Amino acid sequence: MVEEESVRVVRCGGSELNFRRAVFSADSKYIFCVSGDFVKVHSTATEECVHILQGHRNLVTGIQLNPNNHLQLYSCSFDGTVKLWDYVDGILIKTFVVGLKLHALFTLPSAEDSVFVIINKEKPDVFQLVSVKLPKSSSQEIEAKELSFVLDYINQSPKCIAFGNEGEYVAAVRDFYLSVYFFKKKTTSRFTLSSSRNKKHAKNNFTCVACHPKEDCIATGHKDGKIRLWRNFDDDKKYTYTCLHWHHDMVMDLAFSVTGTSLLSGGRESVLVEWRDATEKNKEFLPRLGATIEHISVSPAGDLFCTSHSDNKIIVIHRNLEASAVIQGLVKDSNIFTGLMVDPRTKALVLNGKPGHLQFYSLQHDKQLYNLDIIQQEYINDYGLIQIELTKAAFGCYGNWLATVEQRQEKETELELQMKLWMYNKKTQGFVLNTKVNMPHEDHITALCFCNAEKFENPTLVTSSKDGHFKVWILTDDSDIYKKAVGWTCDFVGSYHKYQATNCCFSEDGSLLAVSFEEIVTIWDSETWELKCTFCQRAGKIRHLCFGRLTCSKYLLGATENGILCCWNLLSCALEWSAKLNVRVMEPDPNSENIAAISRSSVGSDLFVFKPSEPRPLYIQKNISREEVQWGVFVPRDVPESFTSEAYQWLNRSQFYFLTKSQSLLTFSTKSPEEKLTPTSKQLLAEESLPTTPFYFILGKHREQQDEKINEAFESELVQLPLTENIPAISELLHTPAHVLPSASFLCSKFVSSLLLSKETKSGEEIPEDVDMEEGKESDDSDEENDFTEKIQDTNNTDLGEDLLHQLSKSEEKELRKFRKVDYSWITVL
Amino acid sequence: MDAFGGPIWSMAVSPCGSQLLVGCEDGSVKLFQITPDKIQFERNFDRQKSRILSLSWHPSGTHIAAGSIDYISVFDVKSGSAVHKMLVDRQYMGVSKRKCIIWGVAFLSDGTVISVDSAGKVQFWDSATGTLVKNHLIANADVQSIAVSDQEDSFVVGTAEGTVFHFQLVSVTSNSSEKQWVRTKPFQHHTHDVRAVAHSPTALISGGTDTHLVIRPLMEKVEVKNYDAALRKITFPHRRLISCSKKRHLLLFQFAHHLELWRLGSTVATGKNGDTLPLSKDADHLLHLKTKGPENIICSCISPCGSWIAYSTTSRFFLYRLNYEHDNISLQRVSKMPAFLRSALQILFSEDSTKLFVASNQGSLHIIRLLEGSFKHLHTLQPQSVESMCLLAVSPDGNWLAASGTSAGVHVYNIKHLKLHCTVPAYNFPVTALAIAPNTNNLVIAHSDQQVFEYSIPDKQYTEWSRTIQKQGFHYLWLQRDTPITHISFHPKRPMHILLHDAYMFCIIDKSLPLPNDKTLLYNPLPPTNESDVIRRRTAHAFKISKIYKPLLFMDLLDERTLVAVERPLDDIIAQLPPPIKKKKFGT
Repeated sequence: MVEEESVRVVRCGGSELNFRRAVFSADSKYIFCVSGDFVKVHSTATEECVHILQGHRNLVTGIQLNPNNHLQLYSCSFDGTVKLWDYVDGILIKTFVVGLKLHALFTLPSAEDSVFVIINKEKPDVFQLVSVKLPKSSSQEIEAKELSFVLDYINQSPKCIAFGNEGEYVAAVRDFYLSVYFFKKKTTSRFTLSSSRNKKHAKNNFTCVACHPKEDCIATGHKDGKIRLWRNFDDDKKYTYTCLHWHHDMVMDLAFSVTGTSLLSGGRESVLVEWRDATEKNKEFLPRLGATIEHISVSPAGDLFCTSHSDNKIIVIHRNLEASAVIQGLVKDSNIFTGLMVDPRTKALVLNGKPGHLQFYSLQHDKQLYNLDIIQQEYINDYGLIQIELTKAAFGCYGNWLATVEQRQEKETELELQMKLWMYNKKTQGFVLNTKVNMPHEDHITALCFCNAEKFENPTLVTSSKDGHFKVWILTDDSDIYKKAVGWTCDFVGSYHKYQATNCCFSEDGSLLAVSFEEIVTIWDSETWELKCTFCQRAGKIRHLCFGRLTCSKYLLGATENGILCCWNLLSCALEWSAKLNVRVMEPDPNSENIAAISRSSVGSDLFVFKPSEPRPLYIQKNISREEVQWGVFVPRDVPESFTSEAYQWLNRSQFYFLTKSQSLLTFSTKSPEEKLTPTSKQLLAEESLPTTPFYFILGKHREQQDEKINEAFESELVQLPLTENIPAISELLHTPAHVLPSASFLCSKFVSSLLLSKETKSGEEIPEDVDMEEGKESDDSDEENDFTEKIQDTNNTDLGEDLLHQLSKSEEKELRKFRKVDYSWITVL
Repeated sequence: MDAFGGPIWSMAVSPCGSQLLVGCEDGSVKLFQITPDKIQFERNFDRQKSRILSLSWHPSGTHIAAGSIDYISVFDVKSGSAVHKMLVDRQYMGVSKRKCIIWGVAFLSDGTVISVDSAGKVQFWDSATGTLVKNHLIANADVQSIAVSDQEDSFVVGTAEGTVFHFQLVSVTSNSSEKQWVRTKPFQHHTHDVRAVAHSPTALISGGTDTHLVIRPLMEKVEVKNYDAALRKITFPHRRLISCSKKRHLLLFQFAHHLELWRLGSTVATGKNGDTLPLSKDADHLLHLKTKGPENIICSCISPCGSWIAYSTTSRFFLYRLNYEHDNISLQRVSKMPAFLRSALQILFSEDSTKLFVASNQGSLHIIRLLEGSFKHLHTLQPQSVESMCLLAVSPDGNWLAASGTSAGVHVYNIKHLKLHCTVPAYNFPVTALAIAPNTNNLVIAHSDQQVFEYSIPDKQYTEWSRTIQKQGFHYLWLQRDTPITHISFHPKRPMHILLHDAYMFCIIDKSLPLPNDKTLLYNPLPPTNESDVIRRRTAHAFKISKIYKPLLFMDLLDERTLVAVERPLDDIIAQLPPPIKKKKFGT
């Protein structure tokens, strides 16, 4: 193994996809979006992530296609660099170091060797638009320090800048004015709207701007929902504008279609509005897009639009206003009440998602798997409405059961509570509502836990509530006479001196239930529901409670609000040890004895990993985050790591994820987790001319195998039908520039014979030997060896057909290389 | 003269002014020749199926466009035949309406015809090929009027929803000569149908059912951003519609088609300043006098003694004698009016009700002596200028008559000698009110630019006070008022006071007090409380303004202690209007 690097906190997926406008490739096959420090390349047809362009060291703030080469992409970042990528292969071509924090990027076809960026030099909220000259050089990393200033005092958002009429002018909006800078005349026109002094115009603020691609027309969006179309703006006096008004709230983004015949707008209404011919009466809508539209972009080919939404989602929309694909990241715009959970079945991270939904998020693929609608009510997006909140959720019985609690409290006394129990249906591969309990408790439910012990054949759920009770729910036969339906009923109600029940927890074997009542911890026998013993440390209300695991299962841990962490020995019923630690998050690792606790201090949050049996922590990392950490969870690893260092051994079996107050999902790793992400469809790129869907991929592979089988049956000799698309050698030949190739007639016979290679292997091998004697014999031998091994493999294992094909084509590649050598000699002879 | 085509729906004068087009109910378009002395029928154009609602000449005068129902015809003036017939889509928001009425057409010099119709569309047609070029759907209701600017770079349309839309000819890109018509700004100043629009070089003017005349200046055409560049909304005519008989406490109200005579109520109660006193006698509606025929009343007057009423329509003059017997009133029309008394612009009775002064629309002034039940024509004054007089004022002693037209100065006549006494020098702005003060015979003249002059008739010169105020200038707020002064009167016992009012304020000018300068508060602020005399004297100035009553149509002194004011609340007018087109308002 490689030498271990130090463990550090890294951001892990779930980055904002909606931070900037998405960009389409010229052929509309790919869509690019920023994602934290990376740029993601998605296929518009399959929604699949095909590449992750990594290299920036800070947030990527802008992406644009290279106007002079539509197979290249520029990106800029807060790290002060502009990078040029080949997005087809996912290769970084060049890095231009500007050295200033770059906030946005614009490119123009007319300005060939320069790009425009937004920077701020002096004051924190004064931003400038500058043009950066990109020097031509062959080196990888180039300094680009030649800045020329275009506009000052602009808004930092790229939505507030637009270039029009092939780069003749640039329009910028901020607060109450629109300024237009004409590059040729080098003049700036400024148009101001009446500002907030007048109540009627209080929300006149500009929010975004777009330029008509063909005409001199600027569209601006405003806070009051109006869209203004400005014309004649080259004249300070004769300028004029039209108003379009449909949105009732702020216009978030505007975009013209490629021909300029229609204007797209979106906002908090979650409706994409298409204004045809820029007339008020002629508009089309695409409603119910789910969340606030943050950005709108249009593909250069004009066939697709896309909208970025506040719930971290990108929707690809056809020209006829039909949504065709959804790229969904981790939903982040709601409060996380449920905490982080791991679905035992899919190993997906589960937490609050869209309002009223539980989202299942794949950490491996940085992508949302699905949304489970818990509340099952239409969400009305309006300010001041009191919504139903999904507050608690828990998985039980290896993912067979899911319990959720939702609440809505309009007034102090009017609490609406509902507990739902969902059963996993293997047929439909989803959760189905089994039992709905109205008002399971009189007051807020504080905790919810399943008994996950194996010996319990009867699933058991415990809820604790502020009303002073904890209730045990068990799965029983329902009233159905066939005894087939099952449902949950309350089995036992426990209380302790009318104290509020604050937490509950089952021991690992399920024999004991610990319920904390404010400052007191009570231990109950789960067979008889008898109170076994109580622990009281008088150290404040118990905030967290958990049993030790495996060898430490005789310990019970409790963290109080006063910053005391206690560990009780259940055998001796005595306090084993206690420590002063202001614990915010306490999570046991399901695969080991380790328990992670995150404490909050004035400077930041610290992590402690310890075993309950010994009070000394295994691992301490100070200051893992500046902010308060709200939730954490251990996610079991599929393949255990093997850290030898003692300090990192706790990371071997599980990985620890935590969520901060600003909802960034972080983890501990030696390398950035997104490096490990393996886009499943990376291989799909090989077949460029074919529609690359996973479905095709599976089928295509299958067909090849079938072909092979047929070939086997007919001929004992190795016969391979070379698929031209799959042979790199041929594609290399096709990709070689025409001017270095010999005439086709010269190549033809060799080329054909190379295709016939598989039939007459021996003769095929001989021809190149005759022509090119300098070619080392070793390589030929090795070729033959390869062939030989292939034969064996082929007979042994048909499943390896894919590999086989690959190797075969390699040998052919060599063949073709030889041809090229031939052709060069032929040229020198001439 | 009759066009013999049924009701006439539209008319248009040719660009050179010598020909008149008339569109009739039966679908005929008739061309008339205008000669200085008469209008002569010239020819008929090809008869169309239905009524011709709108007409427009091509600026060169060779073609005309006629809007009918469901189609627009383009005629060649020389041959009189229809060149093109352009059918208008009946579809209205996807629903087929019964008919599409072309409310207005405009023919531009480049051959473009712009039409506005009842389906809410503004459409651009190419008259050479007869094809639709562009369609703007701007309203859910009728678009009723259109007016094009002289430069043909902008036009304005008015809709039945009360919105006025401005269209401009805008170049597509700054460096190309290609231009397109773009709808720019909507203006919502009306609540009801906008029936008529006009496009002046610097402003858009619109008016309709809601009785407002709105002048919206075009900011890009205004040179300096001063008070003239502000939006103006005119609700009432700038003239006096009410006359008063001081002796009998009668008020005569002039409406479009009738006159109403009311006797004022009275009270015996007394109260403090600001109290509303109970009426001991209610106001009486004495008379409701309807005109005959469809013509509007131009002017009316009641004599100070209350026994004569005179009014005039566009073609006839009426004089009535009122007899009062206790509570009964009898009305007797004075018949056999002389032929020259056909139409009057202004009627005035002398203070002693023995003489009637009539300013005819021919420009002459007739003086008629009134006798019990009959009359006698005394004299006709023929001013030198051709313009007709529209304002008259007579001195209380009956010696002087002042008459003013729209632009030339005020003429003062000596009634005893029946000849011109003098002429007040002409001023740039028209006169809005005239009055002659008792005793001093000072003529007070108010102009539309809010200037007030005082001219001494015996001395034939401006008075000292008038010269002082001209030298110092009026307060800027006084000059910025919206409506002109429509009536001036005097207090018989306080010669230094001039009482005047416009639609929004009533003012007493006390000539004895110092004039306000721009630093002092014009609208008087300090109520007469227990302020010390020094402060009051320091802050007091000549203009005492009250804004209690508005909109104020009339205010006059009945006697030394009584003032009558007539308010016309806008809500009353709006309540009488037909309901506006219902529009869904968001959030309701």
